Amino acid sequence: MSTTDIIDTLAGIAPGSALDAIRARRLQARENAQKSYLALFEPIDASDVSLLERAAVAAFVTGLHGESPVATFYRDKLAASAGGAALLDAIDAEIARGRTTGPYGSYPAGPLSVENTAGLIYRVGAASKSALGTRLVAALEHAHLLVFRPRDASSTDMKALLAAGWSNTGIVTFSQLVAFLAFQVRVVTGLRTLAAVNG
Amino acid sequence: MSAAVNSPVVFTQDELGWVSWIEPLPEAELTERHFAGLVDRARAKSEYFRLLVRDPEVLEARTKTDKDIFYNTADGLPRAERELAAAATSRYNGCIYCASVHARFASTYSKRREDVQKLLDEGIKADLGERWNAVVKASVALAATPIAFGPENIKELRSAGLDDAEIVDVINGASFFNWANRLMLSLGEPSK
Repeated sequence: MSTTDIIDTLAGIAPGSALDAIRARRLQARENAQKSYLALFEPIDASDVSLLERAAVAAFVTGLHGESPVATFYRDKLAASAGGAALLDAIDAEIARGRTTGPYGSYPAGPLSVENTAGLIYRVGAASKSALGTRLVAALEHAHLLVFRPRDASSTDMKALLAAGWSNTGIVTFSQLVAFLAFQVRVVTGLRTLAAVNG
Repeated sequence: MSAAVNSPVVFTQDELGWVSWIEPLPEAELTERHFAGLVDRARAKSEYFRLLVRDPEVLEARTKTDKDIFYNTADGLPRAERELAAAATSRYNGCIYCASVHARFASTYSKRREDVQKLLDEGIKADLGERWNAVVKASVALAATPIAFGPENIKELRSAGLDDAEIVDVINGASFFNWANRLMLSLGEPSK
């Protein structure tokens, strides 16, 4: 494998530690969480979603989850990406504008409607739009929906991405990226919490 | 929401269908690269997997992560409780389709169908006994954004009898469904 295990690095799991041994019992999961990361951030084909778009969305998504080693990692990754430095201010500003508490949203009309919870319907700020461009504006708005109110998603949201220039394949990769990060940030937080309790 | 789809309006253990909002790859266009991504060739029959296979490398890694977290039961947390973590996460995030599949698995492996149904009907505050309550509560805390999982969750899981390896299975299972729920909820919709 070309890089150190990213979850171990972000969770601070040292080789030979108790948590290293526990993770080794789910070796296929550990290796494929790593392969997922590599497939998303070092893809063999970046024609539908550019490396810069991947880094920008990752910094935004992990930033929305709050300050953490994961958020710092992806912000640094964006800063190190070609063209990334020019996006940092806009991404930072949008993270600040988009932070809220989830999950919220609505259910299909019926008995579950009593559980509908209102919350922020995030739209990119006017000041960030020119730096981000049409594709990333649509991507950040959809990423925010995926992070905080996934049950609100509808076919209209797919149409908005297609209209902003995202291909069907690009939508799949971009959705996987946001959803994978929702997984990765939670595994890291869970493992760090367990390590701290044991520390 | 498309008018043609008969969408479920409650959480259920019934078998549901799933309809994509964007175009899956046609079965006839699948290559060996795509079949590697599908992992199980039979998944070529599923609209959901033929959509995700548009990015085969990510789908393959996602699928193998999923399978090991849930099916590798040589040690660690019983399968029933991994499925409970998946069902509770899906209930909290609001994924009716995911909850249906994993509630059924939780019922099958635990033989506690009524308790599983209680989780679906009453939601994440349903009283399912100490051990299941601790698993549900930890899963829900992990699903919140910002993440609310903390030392108190570890303490409760330990009091309920889970060791560290089993706690990691809860963390993996619940975290994975924050991945799965977001795909299922946003790329299409369930149908009855």
